[in-house]
Amino acid sequence: MEIYRAHVLCCSGTDCTASGSTQIFERFEQLIKEKGLEKEVKVISTGCFGLCKDGPIVVVYPDGTCYSHVKPEDVDEIVSEHLAKGRPVQRLIRNKETEQEAAGKTLEDNEFYRHQKRIALRNCGIIDPENIDEYLAMDGYKALEKALTKMTREEVIDEVLRSGLRGRGGGGFPTGLKWKFTYNSQADQKYVACNADEGDPGAFMDRSVLEGDPHSVLEAMAIAGYAIGASEGYIYVRAEYPIAVKRLEIAIAQAHDYGLLGKNIFGTGFDFDIKIRLGAGAFVCGEETALMRSIEGKRGEPIPRPPFPAVKGLFAKPTMLNNVETYANVAQIILKGADWFSAMGTERSKGTKVFALGGKINNTGLVEVPMGTPLRTIVYDIGGGIPNGKKFKAVQTGGPSGGCLPTELLDTPVDYDNLVEAGSMMGSGGMIIMDEDNCMVDIARFFLEFTVDESCGKCTPCRVGTRRMLEILNRIVEGKGTMEDLDKLEELAAGIKSTALCGLGQSAPNPVLSTLKYFRNEYVAHIVDHVCPAHHCRALLQYIIETSKCRGCTACMKVCPAGAIEGEVRKPHYIDPSKCIKCGACMETCVFKAIQRK
Amino acid sequence: MKSIAELEAIRQRTLLRMNLNGEDPNGDIRVVVGMATCGIAAGARPVMQGFIEEINRRGLSHVTVGQTGCIGMCRLEPMVDVYVPGSGKVTYVHMTPEKVARVVAEHIVNGRPVAEFTIGAAEENKSSDR
Amino acid sequence: MPDTNEKFELLNQAIEELKDQPGALMPVMQRAQNIFGCVSLDVQKLIAEKLGVTLSEVYGVATFYSQFKLKPAGKYTISVCLGTACYVKGSQKVLDRLSEELNIPVGDTTDDGLFTLQATRCLGACGLAPVMTVNDEVYGGLTPDDIPGILEKYRELEM
Repeated sequence: MEIYRAHVLCCSGTDCTASGSTQIFERFEQLIKEKGLEKEVKVISTGCFGLCKDGPIVVVYPDGTCYSHVKPEDVDEIVSEHLAKGRPVQRLIRNKETEQEAAGKTLEDNEFYRHQKRIALRNCGIIDPENIDEYLAMDGYKALEKALTKMTREEVIDEVLRSGLRGRGGGGFPTGLKWKFTYNSQADQKYVACNADEGDPGAFMDRSVLEGDPHSVLEAMAIAGYAIGASEGYIYVRAEYPIAVKRLEIAIAQAHDYGLLGKNIFGTGFDFDIKIRLGAGAFVCGEETALMRSIEGKRGEPIPRPPFPAVKGLFAKPTMLNNVETYANVAQIILKGADWFSAMGTERSKGTKVFALGGKINNTGLVEVPMGTPLRTIVYDIGGGIPNGKKFKAVQTGGPSGGCLPTELLDTPVDYDNLVEAGSMMGSGGMIIMDEDNCMVDIARFFLEFTVDESCGKCTPCRVGTRRMLEILNRIVEGKGTMEDLDKLEELAAGIKSTALCGLGQSAPNPVLSTLKYFRNEYVAHIVDHVCPAHHCRALLQYIIETSKCRGCTACMKVCPAGAIEGEVRKPHYIDPSKCIKCGACMETCVFKAIQRK
Repeated sequence: MKSIAELEAIRQRTLLRMNLNGEDPNGDIRVVVGMATCGIAAGARPVMQGFIEEINRRGLSHVTVGQTGCIGMCRLEPMVDVYVPGSGKVTYVHMTPEKVARVVAEHIVNGRPVAEFTIGAAEENKSSDR
Repeated sequence: MPDTNEKFELLNQAIEELKDQPGALMPVMQRAQNIFGCVSLDVQKLIAEKLGVTLSEVYGVATFYSQFKLKPAGKYTISVCLGTACYVKGSQKVLDRLSEELNIPVGDTTDDGLFTLQATRCLGACGLAPVMTVNDEVYGGLTPDDIPGILEKYRELEM
C-alpha cells in the first residue's frame, strides 16, 4: 500500500453530485498533478457524508478539515493553501464553532432528560437486555439477595407498603396492600402474575421495560413470590410484542443458569419459577380477572369481584397481579428503602411515573417524571411543545378509560387523584397531545368505537350501552345530532359507569364525559351550527372557491374525482356542494390558495 | 448456580467492562445500538450490522458492539452511544448505515466525535428551524 | 413447506408437549395457528378431542381473540395501526387509501391471496406515527401517497 501525506475525500453522494462534486473531484486531480503532489496527496471519491444540505462536501485528512458548499473555483485555494502549505481555508470550513459546542452535549444535557427522574426505566438504553451480567452490574438481583437473606416476608411487604407505591397499570391501588392481602390468604399454592398486556393505545412503557430491562421484572416477581409465599409466576404478555417476548425468554433462561430462578435460590430454600403466556389480541384481558381467565386458556371475560384475586384468582388460587412498570420499581424500593421512594412525588402518589408522549408534540417518546410534575412541564419543557406553530388544544390521558384535559388544566400537577378529579385518569400513562386540528367530538367517538369493538359482551351496560353512545356520536359528527342527544349521552354514561361489570365498561364513558365537560361548545357547534370547528368531520366540511383569488386555471377541475367543479377557463370556478365528496384534492392542487375548507 | 460471592465478582467484572464513566482508561471502546421496537422499526438493525462489518473490516480488536433497549426518544431513532474510555459517551441520532463508516473512521479510530451526527447537533438544528 | 399431513403431525407433537400444563388450550391454539396460518374447524376439532374439551369451548376461544383466524390470511398481512397517536396523525387516511388501492374492505383478503388488510391496535411505535406493518416489516411516518409504491414493492417480489 502506498503511503500518502494527505487524503482529499470528495463526496460523490447523490446530492453532492447534483451540486457539482464531479467537477470538484476532477479539478483536484488536475491541480494536484500540476503541482507535482500526486505522490503525496490522494484524491478519493467517497460515499455520502450525510451532510447533503451543505454539499458539495470535501474532507481533508489527516486533520479532518471539513469544507462545505465547495465550488470548483475554490479548489485552487484549497490545493495551494491547505495541501501545499498546510493552512486550512478558513472561509470554507463548515461552521466549526457550533459543531464543537454541539458535540459537547450528551443525552443527559438534553432538555428532554433534564426534568426526568428514571427509576422504572433506570437501565433502559444503558444495559444490554440480553446479557444478565450487565443487569447484575447495575446492582441487579441485589434486592432479591437482600430480601431473601436479610429480610423476613413481613418486612418486605412492609417496605413496599410504606413506600406508597401504587399500581402503575391504571387503577392506582396501593401495591403493598395487594401483597398483604395475598400474603394473608391461606392456600397450598399461590401465584404471582405480571400484567404485560399493555393495551391502551398510545402507551408503550411496559414494552420498553420488557425490551430494555426484562430482569428488573423477573427480580421483582421473585421478591413478590417470596413475600406472599408463591413459588410460581406467570407473565401475560401481548403477542404483538415479539421482541419483548424473546428478551423475556432469554432473561428467564439466564436467570435459571445463574440460579436466580428455580430451586433453592441463594441456598435459602426458596423456589420460584416464571412462565410466559401470550395474549391473543383482546383489550379486555388487561382487566385482572379476564387476564387470569385467559391464562387458564379460556375466553378472557371478567368475572364479578369479590372474591378478589388475592383470595381466589388464577386456577382458583390466591393470586397477586401487578403490572410491568409497578414491578420495575420494586427492586429499587427494597434496595434503597421506602423512605427514599416516598420522598418523591405528592402526598398520595409517591415515586415517579412513566408517560408515553405522542400525537401532536415535538418530542414524542417515553419520559419518566416525579409524580406531581405539572402537565405544562411535560408538554412544553420535556415534550418541546406543539409542532408547526399550531395551538395546544387538549391532552388525553388514560387511554380509552381516561379523558381529555384542556388548556386551563395545564398547570395541574399530575398524580392519580388530581387526574381523577379532573375527569380523567392516570391509566397506564399514555399521553396524547391534540392541537387545533383535532375534533374533540371525533376523538370521543374514536375511543367509543374502540370500546365497542373490544367489549367482551358479557354484561349489558357495556355491550349495548356503549354501542348506543357510539350511535349518538356518529349522528353528531355527521351533523344529524340534536341537543337532546347530549342529555341522552350523559344519562347513558352515568348508567354504564355505575352498572358495568369491569373496569373497561365502567370507564368507557370517560372520554365522552370529559369532552362534554370541557369542549361542550364543539358538540354544540356540530349540532346547532352544523360546523366542525376543527375542520375535521368530513360530513360537515365545505370546500369553497374564493372568486376573488381564483384565476380560472382549471387545475382543480381536472383533479376533482367527482366532477363537482364547474367553470370556464380564466373565469372563477365553482364547487357544486351536492357532488363534492370532500376529498380535498382541489385544495392541494390550487397554487393560488383560492380554495378554503370551512 | 452462582453463589452470592460469584455474583458480586460478575458485577465488578462487568462494571469494569462496561466502563460507563470511563474508569478504566485501557478498556474497550463500546458501541451500543438502541434495539427496542422503535429503534428497529426506524432501521437500527442495518446500523448495528454496519458497525460490526466496518469494525471487522478494519480489524479493530479493542471495540465491541452491543445492544440496549429504548432510551425514550423515539423521534431520534436509530440511536447509538459510543463509549470511549477516558472521554465519555457520545450519543449519535438518526443513524444510517451510510453514516457508520464516518463514525468508525473519525470517532473510533481518530478519537474525534462526528459532531453533526450527535444529539447536540440534532437539537441545535431543531431550535434553529423553529 | 410441509403438506397437510405433516402439519397435523406437527400439531400432534405440539399437543403432546403442551397438554399437561394448566391452561394448555391457548398455547396449543397459538401453535396451531403458527403451523396452519389459521385455526380452521378441522384443526379445532382435533384440538378439542386431544385436550378433552368441547368443540364449543375451542370455538369460543377462537372467536373471542382477534388474533385467531378461522380462514387463512394472504401472503402479506398489512396491518395499519389505529392507535391514538397514529389516528391523530392521520392513519385512517392511510387505511382508506390501502382499501382503495387493494379494492377490498378492511379485514378482507385480495382475490389473488396476496394481501390481507387489517386495522390493528397500538403497535407501540407511536414515535413513528402513523405506522403500518407488512408482515414483520414496519413502515413509519406514512402518508397515503406512500401506499402505491409500497404495494408495488411486494407485487414485484411476486413477479
